[in-house]
Amino acid sequence: MNTLAAESANPLLPPVGEIIVGTITFAIAFFVLGKFVWPRFEQVFRARREAIEGGIERAETMQAEAKAALERYQAQLAEARTEAAQIRDQARAEGQQILEELRAQAQQESARIVARGEEQLATSRQQVVNELRGQIGQLAVELAGRVVGESLEDQARRSGTVDRFLDQLDGMAAGAGAGASPDGRGGATGSSVYVQGDR
Amino acid sequence: MTSSAHALIDVLAAEGGGDSGFQSPTIAEFYPPAVAEFSVLGIDFEITRITIIMWIATAAILTLLVLAARKASVVPNKLQYLGESGYSLVRDGMARDVIGPKGLPFAPFLASLFFFILANNFMSIFPFAQISPNSRFAIPLLLAVIVWVLYNYIGIKEQGAARYFKDAAIPPGVPAAALILVTPIELLQVFVIRPFTLAVRLFANMFAGHMLLVVFSLGAVYLLNVGNFSVVFAPLSFLMALIMTFFELLVIFLQAYVFVVLTATYLNGAVEPAH
Repeated sequence: MNTLAAESANPLLPPVGEIIVGTITFAIAFFVLGKFVWPRFEQVFRARREAIEGGIERAETMQAEAKAALERYQAQLAEARTEAAQIRDQARAEGQQILEELRAQAQQESARIVARGEEQLATSRQQVVNELRGQIGQLAVELAGRVVGESLEDQARRSGTVDRFLDQLDGMAAGAGAGASPDGRGGATGSSVYVQGDR
Repeated sequence: MTSSAHALIDVLAAEGGGDSGFQSPTIAEFYPPAVAEFSVLGIDFEITRITIIMWIATAAILTLLVLAARKASVVPNKLQYLGESGYSLVRDGMARDVIGPKGLPFAPFLASLFFFILANNFMSIFPFAQISPNSRFAIPLLLAVIVWVLYNYIGIKEQGAARYFKDAAIPPGVPAAALILVTPIELLQVFVIRPFTLAVRLFANMFAGHMLLVVFSLGAVYLLNVGNFSVVFAPLSFLMALIMTFFELLVIFLQAYVFVVLTATYLNGAVEPAH
């Protein structure tokens, strides 16, 4: 359009061709933006919102987890304390029991040792008594023979006087210690009397 | 006579003296010579410098936005942030807040409209282009017609044709006697004045803005070359051209914003029945 034509043109009456060209241009812009730009922005907005909401949600979840863990630990701690107290009580009871058992055992042992000692003592005594019996008889007869001036030995042996005498002595001694129990525990005094009496 | 009086006479002589005086810009500014001309189906197509500026502006804004969106991530880079801010302005500030809960599906259309107008407006102060395609009535008009078709279509679809036209002609709550006056005004308003004002507002702003810039720029050049005392006013004229350029920058954003806000308002009237 030349300048003269322009001078007479009305700016409010646009050429149809220009409107069509403009419409096509706008349409291209509209579709390109609608396809490549706005959906991407919307996607980013959504992702951003989700990121923020997700972050809050994650934080809440973690807090709940931490709280649960704390409760669990506290429960475990309480349980452990109870258990420890139980174990302590049990240990104390067991210790007591062991102590009593040991005491009983020790008593048994001591009783056994005492019994054996007494037994040995009785055996030795018997041995000594038997030995002394023979020697005393012989010494007494010898002594009597010297006093009398002749040997009474054969006669005494034949008659068994000495043995009878000693048996009588034994019988007397047995009569005195009749109440004594054989193990010597119950009748400690009787036993000592018996032993003393024998010497 | 003093020398300044001589100068004044010279200036006045120059003003009065036909061809040698200041040639103010005419409407021919908006009718540059065609670069290419052809005819399809009886319609004449004329590709001018302004048409090419429109393509360049559109291609530039598309490239920028596609680049901004291509690597879009949750943590935006600067370009993405700019693009997102523009889109959010339209999406949240207009589609959601002006149209209402049904507004979000219109966000892509409104945002496309906003960036298309903004890019083309911006050409009015872009070096070497310095004329906006929107100062040609064709572009604002076609955009207004698209908006007009859209909001009427949405109104009919959302409310039903009978309801939509009845509400447009007989606004609820108006006394019967007043309808003689109100009905013609309302019908004219919805179906003629709205699209017309929408188109003219944008067109006239860009047209006048360009004229102002040209007047002050040519004025500065003229005063510099007139060869007398007037040369001292040349910097003033140049300063004014500079100030008007910044003013034009404001208008560029404001008119793009207003066009889209009004579109959103009309769409709001279409999706929600009058009350």
